[in-house]
Amino acid sequence: MNIIVCVKQILDPEAPPASFKIDPATNSVIPPAGIAPVISPFDEQAVEAALKIKDAQGGKVTVISLGTNLLRDVVKKPLSMGADELILLEDPAFGGGDSWSTAQALAMAIRKIGSYDMIICGRQAADWDAGQVGLGIAEIIDLPAVITARKITAVPGKATVEKVVSNGYEVIETSLPVLVTVSNEIGEPRYPTIKGIMAAKKKEPVVWKAADIGMTPDKVGAAGRQVKLLKLFQPQRDGKCEIISGDTPEEAAVKLAQRLREAKVF
Amino acid sequence: MSETRKGVLIYGETTEGKLAAIATELLGAGRKLADELHEELTAVIIGADTSAAAQEAIGYGADKVYTVDNAALSEYQSELYLSALDKAVQLVQPAVILFGQTVPGIDLAPRLAFRFKTGLSMDCIDLAIDAASRRLLQTKPVYGGNANAIFVTAVDPQVATVRCKAMAPREFDGARKGEVVKLAVTIDTAAVKTKVLQRVAEKVEGIKLEDAKVIIAGGRGMAGPDGFKQLDELAQLMHGAVGASRPACDSGWIPSTTQVGLTGKIVAPDLYIAVAISGSSQHMSGCSGSKKIVAINKDPEANIFKEAAFGVVGDWKKILPAFKTKVKELISQ
Repeated sequence: MNIIVCVKQILDPEAPPASFKIDPATNSVIPPAGIAPVISPFDEQAVEAALKIKDAQGGKVTVISLGTNLLRDVVKKPLSMGADELILLEDPAFGGGDSWSTAQALAMAIRKIGSYDMIICGRQAADWDAGQVGLGIAEIIDLPAVITARKITAVPGKATVEKVVSNGYEVIETSLPVLVTVSNEIGEPRYPTIKGIMAAKKKEPVVWKAADIGMTPDKVGAAGRQVKLLKLFQPQRDGKCEIISGDTPEEAAVKLAQRLREAKVF
Repeated sequence: MSETRKGVLIYGETTEGKLAAIATELLGAGRKLADELHEELTAVIIGADTSAAAQEAIGYGADKVYTVDNAALSEYQSELYLSALDKAVQLVQPAVILFGQTVPGIDLAPRLAFRFKTGLSMDCIDLAIDAASRRLLQTKPVYGGNANAIFVTAVDPQVATVRCKAMAPREFDGARKGEVVKLAVTIDTAAVKTKVLQRVAEKVEGIKLEDAKVIIAGGRGMAGPDGFKQLDELAQLMHGAVGASRPACDSGWIPSTTQVGLTGKIVAPDLYIAVAISGSSQHMSGCSGSKKIVAINKDPEANIFKEAAFGVVGDWKKILPAFKTKVKELISQ
């Protein structure tokens, strides 16, 4: 089973909210000092889903990441978890892209890889929360797709995916190749082992530039965008919380109930 | 392209043959945009028997409703619904297409947009027409809700999904007149590559989370499944439902169908009591529409106190039983 996983390097979404700052002049987020970027959490779970299939069926897991300034320690994490190969689409020309230009480039890279049974992506990246790249790739390559997976099992020729829906889940059987996006319900990604970390250290990623995947500069990154960002801003919160206190927690609890009743909240 | 495409089309999601709440919200939002553009508001409804939902859509503001009826479409299936929708969009040629940020919406919208070679914004909380350019301004939370972004696209159709409960429906007007157009679409079930073998509904007792006026939600600080029983008792007392933050669901303390947040349920109750929830932006994305948020948390610095109207700093294990007793007493008075 050959599986391709798309992962994105992003600013750590677990960074404290107070460290989140915007530069209004450039409509961009100022990376918080001293906090390293990470692989987007849903994408790490996509790697986990691929490794589970590899554990059961054997095969090869190839990870692709597109971006600029990709830190090797960050993007090599899937290798240390057990992925076999890492391809970086790294070129200044990829900078400032949107979901459209990113999906076009990833689809071209996947075509260049050629042979695969499944493509797995996270349901959305935890920076722009766009949630389009996976399905965009499926549409460009003309593959069936199943979104928000909580479980994927595969045998040669077909896969079964449990898709999270609002009141539970659906069990979907699909032919291969297929594109699947995973949701957090799929479970925590595995920790890299010492052996995995050592192996990842020795492995060098393959780096492809825009020209290597047959894309001209006007189709990638900022130049290839469909969606224009007009403004990025932090929403205002009034932040007026009435703290109810008491001599004991129990007293505070009673006063809270009384206060809520007074305010006709219940 | 923008010269030929006109009007606003919404995807009219249904549940059990009736318009889903999100569809009425899209009609409310779509009506305003269409009026501003002085163009038509249309809806497309796909299903086995859409006649009742089509009339509902007119009552909620649609000028024209396109329906695709086929026994094979009684339940959602990605490929069949996408192909029906594709045909409808080719026929209607809308300038704007709106979906709900629901499981069908997040499945259909990106594929449709990519098929029509256009960009889109997902999970919008505000939509407006720019007076000068007449383009759709699409505002959506990004970075887990830490920021909002306003996007615009140059190519039609302009596609967006809209967050549940972010837009208000119009009052239903049963006397409103509109046209229903049945579309003949060939549905080829044999060509389907993704077959739904089974639909598993997780049993929910009592009031549905999305409909509840009161929600008692627990987070990582609940430290196990047992505390959720207490939340459930309080919820029953207050005629509400139990919700949870993502860490509580991921830990398996409570089913993931109760997850409130960016990738879970979007709720807007009158009262949201957040117990041992730190209040990450991702969680607040799911509950910030609540009329009153009450926070119970032992960390006075927790972000939830920045969002709450009332708060108690302390251990929920001590606070909750006394709170429940007092609520019971006050309700019985």
